[in-house]
Amino acid sequence: MTPTSAAPKVEGEDLAARVQTGTHFMLGDHACAEGALAAGLDFFAGYPITPSTEICERLAHRLPEVGGKFVQMEDELASMAAIIGASVAGARSLTATSGPGFSLMMENVGLAAIMEAPCVIVDVMRASPSTGLPTAVGQADVLQARWGSHGDYGIVAYAPSSPQECFDLAIQALNTADQYRIPTFIMMDEIIGHMTERVVIPPAEDIPFVPRKTPSEPPGEGTFLPFKPDEDLVPPMAHAGQGYRVHFTGLTHDEQGYPRLTAAAHEKLVNRLVDKVRLNAEKIVMYEEYLLDDAETIVISFGCTARSARHAVTLARQEGIKAGLLRLITLWPFPETRIRALLDTGRVKEFVVPEINLGQVRREVERLTQLPVKRVNNPGGAMITPDLIIEVMER
Amino acid sequence: MAPSETVATSEHQIRIGGFGGQGIVLAGMLLGKAASLYDGKEAVFTQSYGPEARGGASNVDVVISDSTIGYPLVTKPDVLVVLFQEAYTRFRPSLKEGGTLIIEEDLVHVEEDGFKYWPIPATRMAEEVGRRIVTNVVVLGYLVGKTGVVSREAAEQAIETTVKEKTIKLNLSAFAAGFERAEQDDLA
Amino acid sequence: MTQTVLTGEKKTDTHPVDALLRADRLPHILCPGCGIGTAMHCIVHAMAESGIDRDKHVCVSGIGCSGRVAGYIDVDSYHTTHGRAIPFAVGIAVQNPELAVTVVSGDGDLTAIGGNHLIHAARRNIDLNVICINNFNYGMTGGQAGPTTPLNAQSSTTPYGCWDRPFNLPHLAHAVGAPFVARWTVLHVRQLKDAILRAMQKPGFCFIEVISPCPTNYGKFNNIGSGLEEMESYRRRCVVDHDANLADIEIDLGQEDSPIVVGNFIDVDREPFRPILAGPVREEKPHAAWAGLRKTQFVEDKNGPE
Repeated sequence: MTPTSAAPKVEGEDLAARVQTGTHFMLGDHACAEGALAAGLDFFAGYPITPSTEICERLAHRLPEVGGKFVQMEDELASMAAIIGASVAGARSLTATSGPGFSLMMENVGLAAIMEAPCVIVDVMRASPSTGLPTAVGQADVLQARWGSHGDYGIVAYAPSSPQECFDLAIQALNTADQYRIPTFIMMDEIIGHMTERVVIPPAEDIPFVPRKTPSEPPGEGTFLPFKPDEDLVPPMAHAGQGYRVHFTGLTHDEQGYPRLTAAAHEKLVNRLVDKVRLNAEKIVMYEEYLLDDAETIVISFGCTARSARHAVTLARQEGIKAGLLRLITLWPFPETRIRALLDTGRVKEFVVPEINLGQVRREVERLTQLPVKRVNNPGGAMITPDLIIEVMER
Repeated sequence: MAPSETVATSEHQIRIGGFGGQGIVLAGMLLGKAASLYDGKEAVFTQSYGPEARGGASNVDVVISDSTIGYPLVTKPDVLVVLFQEAYTRFRPSLKEGGTLIIEEDLVHVEEDGFKYWPIPATRMAEEVGRRIVTNVVVLGYLVGKTGVVSREAAEQAIETTVKEKTIKLNLSAFAAGFERAEQDDLA
Repeated sequence: MTQTVLTGEKKTDTHPVDALLRADRLPHILCPGCGIGTAMHCIVHAMAESGIDRDKHVCVSGIGCSGRVAGYIDVDSYHTTHGRAIPFAVGIAVQNPELAVTVVSGDGDLTAIGGNHLIHAARRNIDLNVICINNFNYGMTGGQAGPTTPLNAQSSTTPYGCWDRPFNLPHLAHAVGAPFVARWTVLHVRQLKDAILRAMQKPGFCFIEVISPCPTNYGKFNNIGSGLEEMESYRRRCVVDHDANLADIEIDLGQEDSPIVVGNFIDVDREPFRPILAGPVREEKPHAAWAGLRKTQFVEDKNGPE
């Protein structure tokens, strides 16, 4: 979890309009939008696409109410470019899409990474590849979130399992993006996005806010180096119009921000882009444990499938199977340390990984263990039922 | 998160099938909201999406439980309401044995197979209350009165906090009409 | 005219616009005879004369030779991905309307890979100044054909001559709603600077095509000769016609007897894009176009497309 500041980003009337404190029966997509608003979202650019459209629609209605900017762009290439542009102009910015649009956004995910422009991309996953089943669930964009743009860079990806978590993790994602100056993903799925459930929105003063670091020296002195990192590997950020006369480029650059087209400069920059997430992974990683203490069969799951998995674990326990659930809240970074610790107990006999893809998380688990990793998959179109998970456990 | 958590024994799966314009989305939403916000239960509301949901039979689903809801979808409803023949044909086979079947009697013809069902003239009742547009809330009232999946008070609170202020009275009357009809049917 | 902006700058003793360039980034990467440096000169002069606080100027570019311009101008500058300079700039301009955002990029970047963004930003009339330096090919990568390469022209990817019809960029920009459309060559430094200045002071989407030699690639492939010789041909062939019918001003660079029509073709008032604001929080930042110098009265463009 990230440290939080007590001071909310917005105040007064704006704050009241932004944070709809209370208990709601709310759609997952809407809860995501409300979480972003509560966290101080300034700017949304997007292109409507099922099943994320309700995020776009909600923000089209709500952002203008709180002084934020909503722009419907011509495509997802433009949407991604625009949220980076808004970010370098000082905005907390977000876009929302689904698989086909997510693929287009990959181009400039790399630009956000190398420019260190904080921004949030919501991907409400549907059955894929290509147009696939536009209105049906999928969870097959997991690896794309991590590796989708060319090159090496660090990102964080969250996977909510309920409308409440859509709200909570939208706040978390905007904070993480600013804290590490990285593109951050919210990997929802169609079931979670299109599900209506109780969502509790806390009082505005309880919404955590982690600000972007800003330069300590005033503009005009010519001493500020826009890409010189602090000890945490994250450089403070100067915004367009503040007088620092910064240069940001997608080319490999030095601490001044100027192109530096050498292997040495590249190694220094890219290592830092990766390390600022890698070395902070233990602070960033989030997961939920259910009945893991004495578990011999560990189910690892996320998103809507984790709901079935939890149900299955409960039923399995009733049948005497020592099952437990490790629910991934961050898909990336992957909770390697926790899984290694579980393995170190010597108690674990097998893993079961249900997911609506053909084995993307399973691959990560297999990387960490020689134990059997049982798969429960479909390529999209339907939820995995608890019964099926139990059947695989018993196999 | 308590280790003693069990899979709910008192879980209801409710499906309402109809066609566009019958307001089933609002009916399902009100039912879920009543359970979740005013009856202290867990509830998940989902609806069918996609081009097949436009024009043809569509459905809304509500799961209501006393404990955490894992799998959120309706697979075998124990309460099925159908307001349209195609919805009856499509969803009738999924109804749980011993479940409650409610039909709009003017729009659905039932193949008599000895299964007990509850016919109501919901559209006509809505017209009597004032406007055909509240058919959905008449149905909700009947469903609540017949099954008790949520309390009358919770359902009325959900109506009051959801519909446009000037239509609250109309909707409450529609709910009452449905609810009271269910009580009469029970006495009959 | 430049004093208000430049006064007090220590670097101004060598050249009037040195202060607006990143001296530590020079010399630039551009080839001898290339016109991009001249276009950049016009841009910084216009910035200096614009009356807009230098720290409110932002320069955004895409990829290619022209895309490097942002890196040489000492204002907040962003060198983005290929084709995405405009949507990136849209993010900046919408988020902070106090900024005067100028997009500088090439014909390939703005009209091929970025063509969709060009037409939609113009349609929305986003407050951007878009300077499209057209050298008729992808120069940085060795002279491949692009959407402005003239019919029959040679390039590294059209060894049998170009058989694609090229864009007529002013006609395109006007058709999609740009309220200011101009074309000049790098020979017309004063007119070009004035057009850029007009764009900076005018709200909305202003589009300027700048015809520029690329002797290293386009010129070599098509036997045009040196940059100077190409400039010489501009002098012979250019016709200033502000009232030209834009449908008729396609450039046929290979036909020595066909004129190159230049001018400030379109300058109409059309309300620029502003994001909707509603609800209780209505504090709107002044739009750059609304402040001081940029104030203008809006009238309907009754003429419509010609």
